[in-house]
Order: sequence, then structure tokens, then C-alpha cells
Amino acid sequence: MLSDTSLREIQHELSKYPADRRQSALMAALRIAQDEHGWLSEPLIEYVAGVIRVPPVRAYEVASFYSMYELKPVGRNKICVCTNISCMLRGSDEVVEHLNKRLGIGLGETTADGKVTLKEVECLAACAGAPMMQVNRDYFENLTPQSIDEILDSLS
Amino acid sequence: MTDNTFNTVRKTFNVCLPDPSIEQSWTLKAYQENGGYQALERVLREQTPHTDIINTLKTSNLRGRGGAGFPPGIKWSFMPRAAEGQKYVVCNSDEGEPGTCKDRDILRLNPHALIEGMAIGGYVMGASKGYNYIRGEFWEPYERMEAAMKEAYEAGLLGENLFDSGFDFDLYTHLGAGAYICGEETALLESLEGKKGQPRFKPPFPAAFGLYGKPTTINNTESFASVPAILRADGNWMDGEWFKALGVENAGGVKVFSVSGHVERPGNYEIKMGTPFSELLEMAGGVWKGRKLKAVIPGGSSVPVMPADAVMQANMDYDSLRDHGSAVGAGSVIIMDETTDMVKVLERLSYFYHEESCGQCTPCREGTGWLYRILHRINTGKGVSKDLDTLLDVANRIEGRTICALGDAAAWPVQSFLKHYRHEFEAKIVDASGNTSDQSKNKMTADAA
Repeated sequence: MLSDTSLREIQHELSKYPADRRQSALMAALRIAQDEHGWLSEPLIEYVAGVIRVPPVRAYEVASFYSMYELKPVGRNKICVCTNISCMLRGSDEVVEHLNKRLGIGLGETTADGKVTLKEVECLAACAGAPMMQVNRDYFENLTPQSIDEILDSLS
Repeated sequence: MTDNTFNTVRKTFNVCLPDPSIEQSWTLKAYQENGGYQALERVLREQTPHTDIINTLKTSNLRGRGGAGFPPGIKWSFMPRAAEGQKYVVCNSDEGEPGTCKDRDILRLNPHALIEGMAIGGYVMGASKGYNYIRGEFWEPYERMEAAMKEAYEAGLLGENLFDSGFDFDLYTHLGAGAYICGEETALLESLEGKKGQPRFKPPFPAAFGLYGKPTTINNTESFASVPAILRADGNWMDGEWFKALGVENAGGVKVFSVSGHVERPGNYEIKMGTPFSELLEMAGGVWKGRKLKAVIPGGSSVPVMPADAVMQANMDYDSLRDHGSAVGAGSVIIMDETTDMVKVLERLSYFYHEESCGQCTPCREGTGWLYRILHRINTGKGVSKDLDTLLDVANRIEGRTICALGDAAAWPVQSFLKHYRHEFEAKIVDASGNTSDQSKNKMTADAA
């Protein structure tokens, strides 16, 4: 279920921890699996558990506890908008509103063409650049309607 | 695509944050040109007694930068250095307290200071392995850290037999996956072990039973990154007095304060401990749009809110902020202007704690949900007059009854917002008769008269 590249990356993560502490690499392994498949299906979680050699329930527990793991299919791009206090004080309501309008979806939804999933997230620790959002791996700070439009136009 | 400029680093004192004029400050070359790795080299070549380093840190009055303010010098002395077997140093880069954005800039702009600080910590505490736990969303900081570690290994600053001292130190990164609670040190250890991030009972403390049950010391990113400069002491090697003298009696040195919210120039300001709040506000360009200051949360969402007149009298240090009714926390200064709706702010903070409660302790798991639901109904005009008493009752029943401090952190804002801004909450409450509780109170007073 995973490419050789992903399996090599998981081996690298395993090498960071003592040989009898393979479970420490579980979080990274789930991330690597999600990067390859977009989301974590039950069979994929079980497969990862097998690679790490832990019972599947350990992998389910971790996959369902942390907010960055997707247990349902998501769009090709993930936009995570911070609405916590520092961003709220500097206009995250307007950011969300603008994104809703431009994308035609609400928070927690995915566009019909599968291009974008929009998520509300808690503080991403870029408070001095508020309002901000994360698009896939990148942070974008000091957002304005114009900069949001440019970011959306650049997505494939 | 990501913004790599220094736009968030303002007037710095250059202990943890590099001078903005240094190009590519995150590279080994830039770090070494500015004194980097001198402390590690000297300590290892001279085999400086570990107690001397601990004493320097104690003298320096460095307080832990993660929020609790516990001195790293004392924490390091708790480690059973001579104990057999593996020991660990762990860095907490799981920055996520609303309002806090300093560790991200340390990782992005000065990762070698953190590496050097952790290696010195490993030497002092007899730990040959270190982990840096970085929150999962921090991809750019993670890549910076990884690149810096690669440079350090290639230059013989990490790895085996450093400077022919016989001391080995290996460092690894561990990415989180989205959970505020993992900033709590024992939850972080659980997460490092590949489990749900649920805090452990203390005692035993990590120095006795930490990662994989081995002796472990966990410090915040800024704490570790402060160590090399403290030892260099601006040319007075190992003189803790240098750092101490920069600050005030009970808090040595300089610290990074993240200023966010309604100011003209938000940013990370590395300033002397004890700097008056009013000066920090001025550095940040003052309240934006020429408006008046209403309130400040001086240390991140978990510390009590301060009304303008209280915070304008306070200095940015542990004792002064405590005396004026709040705390330094992680140094996360959230500025609110006169237009701020305090009910909405507290509703949002309560949602945060509800969302991030790990679910282990009933008072926090259930109580944070109640706090949010009641605040939501007040903010949406559906509150009833007894809600404010219920809020305080719930907050008081969470406080002190949970394994970790997240429960307290959820309760304290409720208590402080109601203490200072109760009238704003009352004004939003319309009871069944269609009166705000303010009006009903007036009516009752009139009836009584």
C-alpha cells in the first residue's frame, strides 16, 4: 500500500529511536502514509500498524487523537485558517468569509471538484503575522482579500 | 512561497533571536561568525565541571521560557547524572499557546543556538541523546532545524566524541501531528513514544521517569537557545552575573515577548526582563488606528486578562505581572483595543480549551464543553441570568482537579474576564422576560425601593 520511497522514509524515522521502541515512529509513519494517499483509510492505518509492528488499535488511537490526520478523504489542497484570538482580533472572520465566498464552501467542507478542503484550526503560532492560514505545508501571514485571491489562484 | 523575512523580529537583544542585519542567520557560518559553538567547544575541551555550568545558570536567574518559569539551572540539577543507562534531553518546540510565536522564529532564524544549548545540556546531564519535539504544522521550522543539524553533524558539532572529549551527542527531531496538549511535558513524552498525548501523573517527574522510563529533562526552545549566550557572557566566560544584570531581581536576562493583536507593529521583541509594559507597547507602535487600550493578556491565553490601567502600571517580569494580577506565561502579549468584544474573546478561548482537552480527566473534558456552550449562548443572545454564576461554578470545579494544567488554563480566563468585564456579559444576557440582566437588576432595585 506504500511506495518504496515512503517505506524508506519510515525506515529513516525508525532509525531515530531505540530498536525496541518502534512505536515512536508511528506518528511519522502515519504522516508519510497520509502524504502519499491524501488521507488515512482504515486499511491504510492497519497497514502502517503492520509496518511499525504495533497492534492496529494503537495506530487508530493515534490517528484519531491528532488533528492533522485525515480520517476521511480531503481535497488536493488543504487550507487551514486560524481563528484563534490573535487572528480573530485582526480579522480572521473576514478571512473565513472571503474564503467561503471564493470557494463556495463552508469550514470543514471540500469543493465539488476536489481541489480544496477548508478547515478551521487552532493557533498555529504565527500570531505576529495575523491573520494567517496554512496552505498545505506553507504559512501565509498578514492576509488581505487580495493576497488570499492570489494564493487561491496559484493552487493546482 | 513562505515568508522568510525578518518581518516579525523587532528590536532584539540578540540572545535567542539573531540581529536582523545578519544574512541567513540560520546557517552554521553565520552562527559561528557571531560566537556560535564557542561555548560548546570550550566546555568540552576544558571538561568544565557540570556543577559549574549549573551554578552559572542558577546565578543567571534564567527562568524557564515555556510558561511555568521554572529555572533550568535547578531543573538540570535534578537529573541523576551518574545513574546507569540512557538519559535524554528533550526540547519542547510544540509551540501552540494562543498568542505565542517566538519558538517558531528561534527555529527558523537561530536553530544552531538551540542545537548548541541542547548539546551543552546533554553534556551537563550525562545524556547522549536528545529529541526536539516540533509541532506538526511547523514544516518550514522543521526543515530549518534538520538542515542545521546536518551542518552540525558534518562539522563535528553533533555525533561521536565531540572535540575529542569522549562525549557523544545525537540529536533527532520528532514532528507532532496537531495537539496543543503535547506542549505539556509528560504528554509530549507520551507523544514521543508514539501514543496519544495524554499527560502522566506527577510524580514521578521526568528526571526520574521520563522518555521510555529513563531520566529525562525537558526544556522549552527559548530556554535551551539562551544557554550558549549565558555561558559566553559577552566575553566574561561563565559569569552568570552578566545575564542576571540584564534583568531584574527575580528574573534574569532578556526574553522574547510575542506582541500580537491590536498594535501597529506586531512582532517578537527580545527585551530586558522588567521592561515596563508601556515601553513594550511603544516599541510595537502603540495601539493601532490611534485607538485606546482596553485590555491585555500578557502571557498567552492561559493567564488572566488585565485591564488597561493595571497593565500600564506593570513591568514585564514575573513579580510585577503577578502583583498586578496576571503572569508572564510564555511572554505572549495579546493587545485588545477599545472596540474589543470581551464576550466574543472569551467564547473563542473557551472553544479552544474545549477543542484541545485531551479527554482524560472528567472535570476538564466535560467542564470545558460546558464553559464553551454557555459562553456561546450568551454571545448569541440566548443567555439567561444565572449563566454567569454557572460559568464561575464550572470554572471553579475544573480548577485544581485535573492531572495537568490545561484544566486550570481553561478556568483562569473565565474567572478573570468575569472579574473585570462582568458588565459586558450581563449586557448580552436577555432573560425570559426580554430584559437584560442589567435591566432586571435595576428593576429589582426599583421594586425593593
